[in-house]
Amino acid sequence: MMREMTGAEMVMQALIDQGVEHMFGYPGGAVLPIYDAMFHQNQVKHVLVRHEQGAVHMAEGYARSSGKAGVVLVTSGPGATNAVTGLTDALLDSIPVVCITGQVPTHLIGSDAFQECDTVGITRPCTKHNYLVRDVNDLARVLHEAFYVAQNGRPGPVVVDIPKDVQFAKGIYVGPENIQHKTYQPKLRGDDEKIRAAVELLAKAKKPVFYTGGGVINSGPEASRLLREFARLSGYPVTSTLMGLGAYPASDKQWLGMLGMHGTYEANMAMHDCDVMLCVGARFDDRITGRLDAFSPGSKKIHIDIDPSSINKNVKVDIPIIGDVKHVLEDMLTTWRGMKAEPDRRAIASWWGEIDRWRARKSLSYAKSPDVIKPQYAIERLYHAVKDKDVYITTEVGQHQMWAAQHFHFEEPNRWMTSGGLGTMGYGLPAAIGAQVAHPESLVIDIAGEASIQMCLQELSTALQFNLPVKIFVLNNEYMGMVRQWQDLLHGGRYSHSYSESLPDFVKLAEAYGGVGIRCSRPGDLDAAIQEMLKSDRPVLFDCIVDQKENCLPMIPSGKPHNEMILPDHPEGLDEAISEEGKIMV
Amino acid sequence: MPLINNEPAERHTLSLLVDNEPGVLARIVGLFSGRGYNIDSLTVSEVSHDSRRSRITVVTTGAPMIIEQIKSQLDRLVPVHRVVDLTVTGKAVERELALIKVRGKGEIRQEALLIADSFRARTVDTTLESFVFEITGKPEKIDQFVSLLEPLGLVEVSRTGVAAIGRGPDGM
Repeated sequence: MMREMTGAEMVMQALIDQGVEHMFGYPGGAVLPIYDAMFHQNQVKHVLVRHEQGAVHMAEGYARSSGKAGVVLVTSGPGATNAVTGLTDALLDSIPVVCITGQVPTHLIGSDAFQECDTVGITRPCTKHNYLVRDVNDLARVLHEAFYVAQNGRPGPVVVDIPKDVQFAKGIYVGPENIQHKTYQPKLRGDDEKIRAAVELLAKAKKPVFYTGGGVINSGPEASRLLREFARLSGYPVTSTLMGLGAYPASDKQWLGMLGMHGTYEANMAMHDCDVMLCVGARFDDRITGRLDAFSPGSKKIHIDIDPSSINKNVKVDIPIIGDVKHVLEDMLTTWRGMKAEPDRRAIASWWGEIDRWRARKSLSYAKSPDVIKPQYAIERLYHAVKDKDVYITTEVGQHQMWAAQHFHFEEPNRWMTSGGLGTMGYGLPAAIGAQVAHPESLVIDIAGEASIQMCLQELSTALQFNLPVKIFVLNNEYMGMVRQWQDLLHGGRYSHSYSESLPDFVKLAEAYGGVGIRCSRPGDLDAAIQEMLKSDRPVLFDCIVDQKENCLPMIPSGKPHNEMILPDHPEGLDEAISEEGKIMV
Repeated sequence: MPLINNEPAERHTLSLLVDNEPGVLARIVGLFSGRGYNIDSLTVSEVSHDSRRSRITVVTTGAPMIIEQIKSQLDRLVPVHRVVDLTVTGKAVERELALIKVRGKGEIRQEALLIADSFRARTVDTTLESFVFEITGKPEKIDQFVSLLEPLGLVEVSRTGVAAIGRGPDGM
């Protein structure tokens, strides 16, 4: 398809041709022509946000829950700079987002014009790629390329900056079928020899572990299915990073729980003591490895990743396999079957014996209380109430996020959305709104803290305007809990500015926005209050008053290896757990 | 430069073929500064006007694991077509050009001309009390030339940075 139209019309036409149904944005001077073009069509629905950071997080929640790219439209200057946090978040968590920014007209670029900023300069390090389009005849190609780059290879955010004169100018529109990227062609299939070597190593393993991550989710539902098949076929234990939760069903007996700083004892011990590690779409991040030179010292490591720069970045691996998880797992399974591989049943049984002894430590246990709601208990009851429903969970960042990861259990991929890499407080509510836009009939819950929720709370207004009945479940301990916990760990319990002074009345606040507010502070009332929240067909802000002093355990103190976790049955010595070298870590 | 697994730093010369589009150099320089890698030398120029390709030569130092990271990180930039490590692919020709100004009178002028002659440097500007020499060669040769001119009234040095190409019939 080729025809003449304005730049602004090309933007809408390209979105339609890319199959975009929803976009998240905020108008302003430099994008008015695009908003006008939007006015003349009804195929792409626009969700008006209250702050551009919210727009990008919504696009992330939309993308991660649906598998499609999220689309953002913001104006120049502050519109673009407000989007930077969301873009960085999407880059670190590999989420496909296409963000279109308006720019001052070409002849004013560089003159410090009103609402001008160097958008491509500012977003260069926080996007997978970005473009400034100076000629309207490049616009259609660039937009299609942006979708291609955002979604292929390791996904990520792409910015297309369009000066206002280019939006008004007329040029020739070309459809996506005519676009083929010249050079960016990521490798999907893994190297056969490496796959064969990996399968041979796995088949001979005596203490294997599958360490899976967000790459399994990004590779699509088929990758999760293949992971399950491989685990069943081999009988090997599976753990996952925060980002990968749901790729493997939490109800399965081979599931060890999440690993890493706040992972389970059994998952971390299995990582430390294993002899063969299969890393699938994860990146040996510092939350996972703990002290690098003591990370899984005795194991041979296989690493599947679509991004070659993830290989050997933090940890040297023995067999790197560059490719897409789905393709590589498919080939590994074929090779496994072709070789008639038989795991060492005796060794594996004794390995499970060890794992069961670690499990018996019950590292996620906590002391229940009849008087105050323990935050873990709140998550448990929430999980219990919604586990049979069609539910999507998002979180903010902090203690509540870790408790949600530990005590809410996921059976399917794309059901869990959290800011893992960047750790962005304020992510959860807009991400929930994005997920609700993608799944209007489903239940979407943002598990939040009282500090995080105030970072993007204004988006409650968006939820009301577009009838998106998200539920916000706030674990309110009146502290920036994780900050307070680290002040206990590192700074002698001097709670410098971690107490949430002057909290709003969240119930009244919800009502002021036109939503529903619920407060609960007694364990005995919790189940009924949760039911009340679930019954509402409107956005609900649930203020759950929890124990102020609860710490998030278990924990690998920073600078320590996996086998030196602080467990809930030995929480004493928390203030001495971190060494001098560990203190500089975050 | 941190030691990783106690591996010492190595010097590598990388050749990149990139799209000659606005911002491509900023992307590459930003990657080095953002991730804390070293740039010892950097040269860039368009090499094919028709296909709008530029060739960038970067000399960098780092432990082997870091060098591998640098190459992978460069390779995943969308406008980067090829990354070749000329230090690994075998012997490469490395050349740099320098312009060097020396100021002095009398015997010192004679001495400077003798040294320039033995390094096959050309005199490209002369006044009664100064010379500008042009020299081409490996970076070490230029270092040596400059250090010999230092006591003779060295005024200033302008160097291009290293351009490099692999030996033999094959391209990058």
